Amino acid sequence: MAKLKNWTIEERDNLCILTLDLPKQRQNVLSSAVITELDQALDQIEKLEIKGLIVKSAKATGFIAGADISEFQQIETGQQAAEFVQFSNQVINRIESLTMPSVAMINGHCLGGGLELALACDYRVATDEPAVRLGLPEVKLGIHPGFGGTVRLIEIIGVRSAMDLILSGRTVIPYVAKKMGVIDLCVPTRQLERAAEFVIDKKPPPKQAGGIDKIINFGPARYLMAQYLKRQVSSKAKESHYPAPYAVIELWKEHGGNRGAMLKAEQQSISKLFTTTTSKNLVKVFFLQEQLKKIGKSGMGKSGMGKSCRDENFQHVHIIGAGVMGGDIAAWCALRGLTVTLHDRSAEALARATKRAHQLFSKKLKQPRLVERAMDRFQQDAAGNGVASADVIIEAIFENAEAKIGLFSALAKIAKPDAILATNTSSIPLETISAALPKPGRLVGLHFFNPVAKMQLIEIVRGEKTYAKVSARAAAFANRIGRLPIPVKSSPGFLVNRVLMPYVLEAVELLKQGLPASLIDKVATNFGMPMGPITLADTVGLDICYQVGENLTKSFGGALPELLKRKVNDGHLGKKTGQGFYTWEKGRPKKGWFAKGNMTSARQVDDIEDRLVFRYLNECIACLHEGIVENRSQLDAALIFGTGFAPFTGGPINHITDQQPAAMLERLKQLHNRYGDRFKPSSGWDEFVIKNLP
Amino acid sequence: MHSGRNVYLIDGSRTPFLKTAGQPGKFKAADLAVAAGRPLLTRQPFLATDFDEIILGCVAPTADEANIGRIVSLRLGCGESTPAWTVARNCASGMQALDSAATNIALGRSDLALAGGTESMSHTPVLFSTEFVIWLGRWAKAKTIPDKLKTLTTLKPSCLVPIIGLLRGLTDPICGLSMGQTTEKIAYNFGITREAMDAFAVRSHKRLAAAADEQRFAGELETIYDNDGNSYNEDDGLRRDSTMEKLAKLRPVFDKPTGLVTAGNSAQITDGCAWLILASDVAVNKYGLIPRAQITDSQWAGVNPTQMGLGPVHASTPILQRHSLRLNDVDYWEINEAFAGQVLGCLAAWNSEQYCKNQLGLDSAMGELNQDRLNLDGGGVSMGHPVGASGARIVLHALHVLERNQWQQAMATLCIGGGQGGAMLIQRSTP
Repeated sequence: MAKLKNWTIEERDNLCILTLDLPKQRQNVLSSAVITELDQALDQIEKLEIKGLIVKSAKATGFIAGADISEFQQIETGQQAAEFVQFSNQVINRIESLTMPSVAMINGHCLGGGLELALACDYRVATDEPAVRLGLPEVKLGIHPGFGGTVRLIEIIGVRSAMDLILSGRTVIPYVAKKMGVIDLCVPTRQLERAAEFVIDKKPPPKQAGGIDKIINFGPARYLMAQYLKRQVSSKAKESHYPAPYAVIELWKEHGGNRGAMLKAEQQSISKLFTTTTSKNLVKVFFLQEQLKKIGKSGMGKSGMGKSCRDENFQHVHIIGAGVMGGDIAAWCALRGLTVTLHDRSAEALARATKRAHQLFSKKLKQPRLVERAMDRFQQDAAGNGVASADVIIEAIFENAEAKIGLFSALAKIAKPDAILATNTSSIPLETISAALPKPGRLVGLHFFNPVAKMQLIEIVRGEKTYAKVSARAAAFANRIGRLPIPVKSSPGFLVNRVLMPYVLEAVELLKQGLPASLIDKVATNFGMPMGPITLADTVGLDICYQVGENLTKSFGGALPELLKRKVNDGHLGKKTGQGFYTWEKGRPKKGWFAKGNMTSARQVDDIEDRLVFRYLNECIACLHEGIVENRSQLDAALIFGTGFAPFTGGPINHITDQQPAAMLERLKQLHNRYGDRFKPSSGWDEFVIKNLP
Repeated sequence: MHSGRNVYLIDGSRTPFLKTAGQPGKFKAADLAVAAGRPLLTRQPFLATDFDEIILGCVAPTADEANIGRIVSLRLGCGESTPAWTVARNCASGMQALDSAATNIALGRSDLALAGGTESMSHTPVLFSTEFVIWLGRWAKAKTIPDKLKTLTTLKPSCLVPIIGLLRGLTDPICGLSMGQTTEKIAYNFGITREAMDAFAVRSHKRLAAAADEQRFAGELETIYDNDGNSYNEDDGLRRDSTMEKLAKLRPVFDKPTGLVTAGNSAQITDGCAWLILASDVAVNKYGLIPRAQITDSQWAGVNPTQMGLGPVHASTPILQRHSLRLNDVDYWEINEAFAGQVLGCLAAWNSEQYCKNQLGLDSAMGELNQDRLNLDGGGVSMGHPVGASGARIVLHALHVLERNQWQQAMATLCIGGGQGGAMLIQRSTP
């Protein structure tokens, strides 16, 4: 028998220990090679005279992180997909059919296919480490579980909890997994091995859902439940954009309770999903995200921004300005384990920031002990003494060039020589602020987005003089606080605001023409944006929009709509004042109903959609052309994570190429003729179309 | 007198002293210590992990604050390998912490220490009676419903009356007198009048008001923040409208109905913390610290528990004798104001030939202490006396008063429930 590369089989104490250890990999994944070898391993194990099988991982970082996603990109036909899925299922079924009891010993992350493998074992025991996650996040890649996971999870924990996990793709900590019934025992790591042997010796009845869940699984109750689930899902994602969750509901609706049929249907369904554009694009997005993470880990890529930043040890962040932005950045850093000093001369501002920090910690950490630790890391610093010991210093004061210049020249005198000096400015050129520094190259932009706790992206703004090493370290810092860094050129609006502004301004133009705000927003969300442009403007604050808009029109021409000016002058600034384009109540806009009839023919809707989207896309092409970001995949990633641009499209540039660039340019030209210079194709188009000719 | 190495005071901080509002305050004792300690450590040129030890005085930590010194040390980031401990000498716990830190530095066992005291009197526990606890034990053993019912009938309503831990703590278990009553006894012995006590109290408030208005605490007081969006930067026990007329209306609370000690001329029940950083010459040189004062001597003394308020007399007199100082040779005095009557009692005792001869073994009276050099910025009566913290606060504040006035020497002293006194002599360092 050929020696296995990924698995080891060891016999001791009348037990078989089957250990997965992918050579030279940081984590275990279920590649087709791993599954093929598992099949061979089972040939041996089936012959053993033993009391039980323990499946474990040799990686300290986790059990099995899921399928090997890089293999997904090689799947081209439904046939290929079906063969892979069918074979994998045969192997997984062999574990389930073993005559001896089997237990998955989960020492760390157990996701996707990894959890499906564990579900095929009779028992699952897991460490109680709260950093560990279990779940079936397949829907996030446009597919659903395909190794029998939908069937087994429903059998084990019941349809309600199972659908909660499968449809949302959310992952849970071991303690919650235990409460849901996904695992049999949740123990400290020191007891994990003993727990695995314990269940083999005691053979408790394997977990099975009962009660209401059993009833729902049959007859009309199942149909009603399926309807309910569909409604739930449709409020989050459209079927045409994200077919996977709908497919799971359909599988269960048709075959729930009929194991064989449902297992088979699951295989067929996932094979189909593998080849959808949505899945292809979401897999792309997954790798784009990995690419951004890598920027923080290993410097900034081709643009020559320095070497590895793996050795960075950021401990203390000093933040100046306890407004909403500064305060929330401070809270986020403390949440992520850094010591924070937050400087502001106003005790009231510090007190407000402290309250918000406490709310964030309570929501995210829940346990009072952990909340207290985080509060202890979050220090109000009215005297500004934290500067001297900080590794990273972030300025988040009001947008005034003189104030910032004065501040940074003072900071540079006190700060450690290797401290990162960063500004969160969104409108003042870095070159202006850094002019007074003895070493202007020390200044970098760390442009966070509001709300800090939700927005994953940070723009790493490189001024003309910014040292490569400094921007690389700033990216490493973004990574350290669990954020995605995107290096951008210091140019007005950087990337995200630059691209969003025309889109929002077009929405205001549409408003001016008398279209209801809620219709405009609806068109945008139907396209796949997470939030309509009018709601977005109100949420960000119309004064901020105006400020950003002014900054951009100064450099790129154009004019801001009167309507926006008027709102700002009237003090109707959006969500924060309760009145903007919408009236806001309890943090929600009052949208009202718009007449669906004659006013909004399908053609009109298409026209609205195109006007919004094309202004966005046109600006993307301009940014690419001007080299605001290094390449198109970085642009796609940044705009998906920074503006929520419909992820299933794979990002704006990917969207243009999917839709044929020449045709897109043609449509833009039409809009230009009809609506004027706002739609003038930016200079990058011709080059882009030529490069992307089929 | 310390016979070992020099011990320097480098820096210090305190929270505002916050009056108890009849319910547990926003900050537990450890929270206060963290809030006062963080800004203090942030402004130092050394790391929190550079301390050799952390010593914290606290009389009544809550049930989940066992060895509160260690808890605070870890929360302040002083590191797992830095030892930390808690000391208790009732009202002098904070001063005990300083003295213990100083002793270890003097002996060469440590070079850099963080020491202070903290107390959240608003968090002192409310307890079940022993009777009720015994009943609970029986209840847990009763398994069947009839048994439970039977046990239930044995529960006397009187068992359910809670015991207020704070009142127990402020009553001497040996002599049975409350702290207020010990002051009544001193007032009786020295003929101290209600008017004198009230006048002392009014002056304490006036002095604190002036000190707050002139920002005299700026160098020692740190603004603290709760989790609900409030900040605190004033000693809120201050009653700016305090007058003799108003105080005269208050009824005695300890010797009812004819006593002299009222809520108005007693220290308030308060939450607060004070810290000091102590260093040896070695640490001073290693980290480039600037010594601001030196602890030149300290003394503990025992007195009759029923007159515990006279403790300062017995603790500071031996120091004066060792250094051949008369009362007013010391530039500045902080005598903690547990009760107005008790501080006045100390002054009366020093001024009494009989007391000095019989109790202190002196040839004559020590004389009259110049009250223009005593508690210049208010004291326990106006700002409160968080028992574990006050001993550290008066040393910290004495340091600031010396610096402000360019004076040389200060004595910080306080009385201790149970019948003791503590005193510490500091000498300002001149650069």
